[in-house]
Amino acid sequence: MGNHSDGSPSHSGTVATAGQNEVEKFQDPGIPPHRLRLADTDPRAAKKAERQVALLFGISVVGTLIFLVSYFAIDLGNDSSIATIRLQNALLGTGTAFAMLGIGTGIVHWAKALMPDHEVSEERHAIRTEDDRQAAVRIVDDIVEETGIKRRPLIRNTLLGAVALAPLPALAIFGDLGPRPDNTLAHTMWAPGPDGKLKRLARDPDGTPIKAADVTIGSAFHVIPEGLNELTEGKLNEKAKSVVLLMRLNPEELHPSPERADWAYNGIVAYSKICTHVGCPVALYEQQTHHLLCPCHQSTFDLTQQCKVIFGPASRPLPQLPIAVDSEGYLVATSDFHEPVGPTYWEREQHVLIPNS
Amino acid sequence: MSSSLTPDAPVFAAKTTGGRITDFVDQRVGGSGILREFGRKVFPDHWSFMFGEVALYSFVILLLSGTFLTFFFDPSMAETHYAGSYTPLTNVEMSVAYSSSLDISFDVRGGMFMRQVHHWSALLFVASVSVHMLRVFFTGAFRKPRELNWVVGSVLLILSMAAGFTGYSLPDDLLSGNGLRIIDGVIKSIPVVGTYISFFLFGGEFPGTMIISRLYTLHILLVPALILLMIVMHLFMVVVHKHTQYPGPGRNDGNVVGYPLGPVYAAKAGGFFFIVFGVVAIMAAFFTINPIWNYGPYDPSPVSAGTQPDWYIGFVDGALRLMPGTIGDWKVEQIWFGHMFTFNVLLPALVPAGILFTVMFAYPWIERWITKDNREHHVLDRPRNAPTRTAIGMAGFVWYCVMWAAAGSDLIATHFHVALNDVTYWLRALFFIGPVIAFIVTKRVALALQRKDREIALHGRETGRIVRLPHGEFIEVHAPLDEYKRYMLVGFESPAPLPAVPNDHGVVDRKEKLRAKLSRWFFEDRVAPASPAELEAAHGHHGVHEAVEAAESQKTLSH
Repeated sequence: MGNHSDGSPSHSGTVATAGQNEVEKFQDPGIPPHRLRLADTDPRAAKKAERQVALLFGISVVGTLIFLVSYFAIDLGNDSSIATIRLQNALLGTGTAFAMLGIGTGIVHWAKALMPDHEVSEERHAIRTEDDRQAAVRIVDDIVEETGIKRRPLIRNTLLGAVALAPLPALAIFGDLGPRPDNTLAHTMWAPGPDGKLKRLARDPDGTPIKAADVTIGSAFHVIPEGLNELTEGKLNEKAKSVVLLMRLNPEELHPSPERADWAYNGIVAYSKICTHVGCPVALYEQQTHHLLCPCHQSTFDLTQQCKVIFGPASRPLPQLPIAVDSEGYLVATSDFHEPVGPTYWEREQHVLIPNS
Repeated sequence: MSSSLTPDAPVFAAKTTGGRITDFVDQRVGGSGILREFGRKVFPDHWSFMFGEVALYSFVILLLSGTFLTFFFDPSMAETHYAGSYTPLTNVEMSVAYSSSLDISFDVRGGMFMRQVHHWSALLFVASVSVHMLRVFFTGAFRKPRELNWVVGSVLLILSMAAGFTGYSLPDDLLSGNGLRIIDGVIKSIPVVGTYISFFLFGGEFPGTMIISRLYTLHILLVPALILLMIVMHLFMVVVHKHTQYPGPGRNDGNVVGYPLGPVYAAKAGGFFFIVFGVVAIMAAFFTINPIWNYGPYDPSPVSAGTQPDWYIGFVDGALRLMPGTIGDWKVEQIWFGHMFTFNVLLPALVPAGILFTVMFAYPWIERWITKDNREHHVLDRPRNAPTRTAIGMAGFVWYCVMWAAAGSDLIATHFHVALNDVTYWLRALFFIGPVIAFIVTKRVALALQRKDREIALHGRETGRIVRLPHGEFIEVHAPLDEYKRYMLVGFESPAPLPAVPNDHGVVDRKEKLRAKLSRWFFEDRVAPASPAELEAAHGHHGVHEAVEAAESQKTLSH
């Protein structure tokens, strides 16, 4: 059925190719003869279409009225319920839909049923004629000649230099869009206060401190540093770096490396909640497997291996927050994170502290 | 013109008030000339030409609804305590931006409706731009003289995504805040300048207090202005080029067949605006989009499972999910010379989108180089008649869809009760083999459809009527086509591969060899349109009996 060729020279003779064998091609029969529609021949059909169009426009009027009535008649009041909002939204939408669809379908029906549907053919014209091109070249030549820019290279070169430099202030003026990063990303609120007071671990969002005794095996806490809620400025910035997940496992299930031996308390460990991939909160704790899962891109971290990445796009383990218990039995951070939390950035390596420093 | 200046020329005097006003304006702006040029301009008609119209109209709806929203929205990240009528959030600490978004939803009459209209038409805008571009690609409408308009369209696609993303973030809700967090993470992965860009964008550390108002300026001023500029350029070039038309009897590269602008085409296109608006209104009325009140204000700590970006960002998010961060114990993220190279973020965020958009922008020139086709094309290709191009397009489309599906990998896993890890592994495999399969399958399907066209052109349409011949054989009766229908099936070009041509020095250089190779790859599998001689021969067969089977066995695939 198919005259199918691989295009090799031995085959090309058997296939009709474009422009090669014009005679072999079918001749264009031209635009097919116009066929009359029912409304073109039957006045009753035309009258019927006319009424349909008018009806559709009438429906549009009804839609507009529905909109106006539901806008003015439904009172949102001071304590509008969701149900009222939903009702008004549905009626406003329905009214608009009828108003618009009535006009739209009416016009289209009018065009399709009653306006002439003769297809016409129009010649295309050259987008650019050779005549125009030559005239344009002459004009450009004249313009260049009159400026004398070719004869006066001094003007040309100084102009080019000036124009090249002029945008620099436009770039420089954006210099105050933000501060220099410096090492702000390396520090969080967990660093002990200036008086050496260690920060307590507090519940997110109410900020009440957590006693070690309250943390039962298998439980997990969303944690913020004590004092975060009292910040008046930059609260979200600090929170975005310092949120922590606190979990308690059987101590023998944790396998801390020697330098982190004293970072946990009685099986209680604290890890940064900010994913090392692109910074989503690692909010899901799988109690049975001791896996932490980031809901954004499914990076999975294994608590029993110091939050090593076991699946997904993250490359680095979640940073661990070293914790202990203070004299009143509250959990405290013994220091800031030893490495920057959250997504990787270019200067990060310089911000990593040497372990146990 | 000059004749009207002579004193004795008859001066036109309008009789009605309307006529006098029209004449007044016309004498000052020259409206008659414009109307003369455009009033009866011919536009070809086809349902697939409406995607571009949908894009234009949804942009108009965006401007209308967006202007309304700006009257009530306050892009401030100052802290406030919610005091509006949505009681579950009463007294919750939040930004003014989020609070005013809630007020638009619950305390401004029709505000909810306008928010919904705005968000739905934004989704529709990007979708219709995308589908319009697929239509243009698969029909070859990007060929000379329309390459530059294809580029303008590609820029519009990027701008529409930028408009969508900047707007999506404005309500400062939990979902969009996490989206910004991801953007921040991606920006920080950029070598050398990433940290600085992040600090400059957010005015300091994430999330800071500046980003919403900055995005607002981009969203309501800069991006829409650029879109408008591009639309003007786009439509200007449509007028210069005149519209393309589908192949068919009476249509060729030298003419344009269709309906005159006034009245039929203007009525259809104008009416269609109202239909698009009506459909958006139905969606806004009955389908909730972006219920920000359910998410709560942005807070860096919580996140909801099953988070999804708006659909057009999905493919980048999916690519981020697919990239493994560790391979065995080897970390994809590398520390070189004391600096971080975050390949696990950088590669998926930039490379697939980079490849897609680079190929998209460059494709008209790639195909033009391979085919050496420098002619103007105003008649479109049916996708089956350009099998290799169609296959390339489908390969890209499938690649995009695999990444897009990956953005919902967790939902796929929970919905179909399969392991999330398995979904990811499968999608990782499909990322590489999906496009290859799509290419092969599409090309075969296109060639098969061409063969089917050939058969119908030569032997007529299958009627389903089985007739028993006197000697006992059963045949199916085929009904011959009229010449117009037949021309639809045979009136196309089927170029043969173009062998390497020596240059001016009589040498076939390496580039030309590569081009010839690509040309062979492009055109070696081809089905030529049926010719009158073949039709003659086929009719001869009909006299005896249907010999399709026999003919087939003689003309088996030659490769």
